[in-house]
Amino acid sequence: MKQLNNHESRTCVRTMVRMVTPAGSDGFISLYLDLPEWDYTPGQFVMIRPENWDNDPVWPRPFSICEVNRNGLRLFIQVVGRGTRLISRLTPGSRVDLWGPLGNGFKFDPDDRLLILAGGMGIAPFIGLCKNHPHPEKVSLLFGHRVGIECYPLDELPQGMDKQYARQEGQSDLVLFQEMLEKRIQEFSGLGRILACGPTPLLRVVSSLSLKYKAETYVSLENKMACGVGACLGCVARTSDQGYVQTCTHGPVFRADRIVWEV
Amino acid sequence: MDISVKLGMLKLKNPIMTASGTFGYGLEFKPYGRLEDLGAVVVKGLSLEPRQGNPMPRIVETPCGMLNAIGLQNIGVEAFLKEKLGLLPWKTTPVIVNLYGQTREDFARLADILSREQGVAALEVNISCPNVREGGIQFGQDPVQAARVTEVVKKSAGSKPVIIKLSPNVSDVTVIARAVESAGADAISLINTLGGMAVDIYTRKPCLANKFGGLSGPAIKPVALKMVHEVCKKVSLPVIGLGGISSARDVLEFILVGASAVQVGTATFTRPDRVFSLVSEVEKLAMELGLDSWNDFQGTLKN
Ligand SMILES: Cc1cc2nc3c(=O)[nH]c(=O)nc-3n(C[C@H](O)[C@H](O)[C@H](O)COP(=O)(O)OP(=O)(O)OC[C@H]3O[C@@H](n4cnc5c(N)ncnc54)[C@H](O)[C@@H]3O)c2cc1C
Ligand SMILES: Cc1cc2nc3c(=O)[nH]c(=O)nc-3n(C[C@H](O)[C@H](O)[C@H](O)COP(=O)(O)O)c2cc1C
Ligand code: FES
Repeated sequence: MKQLNNHESRTCVRTMVRMVTPAGSDGFISLYLDLPEWDYTPGQFVMIRPENWDNDPVWPRPFSICEVNRNGLRLFIQVVGRGTRLISRLTPGSRVDLWGPLGNGFKFDPDDRLLILAGGMGIAPFIGLCKNHPHPEKVSLLFGHRVGIECYPLDELPQGMDKQYARQEGQSDLVLFQEMLEKRIQEFSGLGRILACGPTPLLRVVSSLSLKYKAETYVSLENKMACGVGACLGCVARTSDQGYVQTCTHGPVFRADRIVWEV
Repeated sequence: MDISVKLGMLKLKNPIMTASGTFGYGLEFKPYGRLEDLGAVVVKGLSLEPRQGNPMPRIVETPCGMLNAIGLQNIGVEAFLKEKLGLLPWKTTPVIVNLYGQTREDFARLADILSREQGVAALEVNISCPNVREGGIQFGQDPVQAARVTEVVKKSAGSKPVIIKLSPNVSDVTVIARAVESAGADAISLINTLGGMAVDIYTRKPCLANKFGGLSGPAIKPVALKMVHEVCKKVSLPVIGLGGISSARDVLEFILVGASAVQVGTATFTRPDRVFSLVSEVEKLAMELGLDSWNDFQGTLKN
């Protein structure tokens, strides 16, 4: 894991699917692709568009770089709609257009303590981060999930890491989870950095709790993207200091206190 | 074969330009291709002052296309000239500035500012944006208004060529085309996006915060091709065709019906180097067809 944000290394290539492995029973997959010569920062993402999409779907799809290992570039994907369904049917040898690494990624000092708050697929960018972190004992993870825990690649995470998992099935679980979040954010404020990724409602709560406890928190946003390179202005987020900025190039990671959450 | 084209006073290495709003300020694409290889770079629509644009969500995918309601977010003309233009290879590739105003005076002032810039090869006047409440489209839907905007821009633009970009959201686009031709336009580009809408039956809300948006992408190509064909028959100005172009074949189709050049918009999103690869694909296809020059082919559609 290198902490780089090197625009020069950005490329667009046609690459090959090496492997598609189903995870759990809920349409989660790991997609492994041939990797160009890339360094990346965890939290950066790629745009992919299978060759056979032709004119429909038109847009590519953005996915966090989950990790890079001996099987190639790994994306961890939840099937939620048409594009991800088509992606889940790719087979080894299928060709895919791939561009990246995109966005800014999570910046942190490996010696500092980290609290990771992940919800559902928000775990994806943290898999590689945790597996490659030089001091797993400095990393804490609070993971909230709705579907079965076996769907997520959590058993791959380092032994020495502090991990807490919470399943949300009903309203009472959600309240419990929010209490856990509040406690962790309050305790952690001032000790290190908080990194969060997950559905917007989660990030909104994390953001307001971070403001309340003055915690240094970074959130990774998941806006709809068409180009991924800052050109279409379709993916913007509203920030307090710069107005609307492109999530794909100014983010996806933002300081939580800079985001103006829109209803 | 030589695939260069002449667009009035502008000479392009090839007929392939980028479409405004889909190529940012050009610099976004430097990692993905050589801007020098393009026929011309058309940048995001600029206004006098920076604009924030519309609230989110502003884009939604549709079958073979997309709707956008960006609302002309841009950094403003001054910031573009100071921060972006100098970094573009304008000495080797024409940089065309797309502009938008809320009043005729805005259009005139923009043209005046841009007329002094050596790096600006031509102006493309957007009188066809469906996504902003003030100005924009009303200039493009009425031949009298369209002609008056063309006149004021021409007057302020000095020696810079003026391209008027037309809206397809009219009953007869050739009437507007003829009006801007008589008002002194140097070229016409068409089409801008078609008004459209998408709704969500689960939330029972429109998919765009702005409710309506502009449809672009392969879905609109037949509409664009027809309008370009009709306009080419009615005016003697060079016409730049666009709307759903995503392949070399699409490019040649527009040239066949009479366009002098084309712009590539939404297809840029399918791969950031798409517009660059199209250049060589068009050259290859022209050779396969055994063409000696564009003159042999342009506007030669048979009945
Ligand atoms: C920077 C970034 C990183 C991402 N990383 C991952 C990842 O590692 N793994 C992963 O599974 N997903 C990730 N996503 C979300 C992923 O891009 C979307 O789930 C995917 O594009 C949906 O495509 P679709 O065609 O299946 O859905 P569509 O058919 O387009 O839509 C189906 C449903 O999915 C929802 N949806 C669509 N696009 C998004 C989106 N961008 N974010 C959230 N929900 C969306 C829609 O609300 C809709 O209800 C990331 C998104 C971004 C912006
Ligand atoms: C995201 C987006 C932003 C656009 N912004 C502008 C703009 O600022 N000015 C303009 O004249 N046209 C704008 N357009 C219209 C395009 O330039 C083009 O006319 C239209 O998309 C049709 O071409 P296409 O189907 O190849 O995309 C925009 C289109 C899109 C998709
Ligand atoms: S996705 Fe186009 S600007 Fe971010």
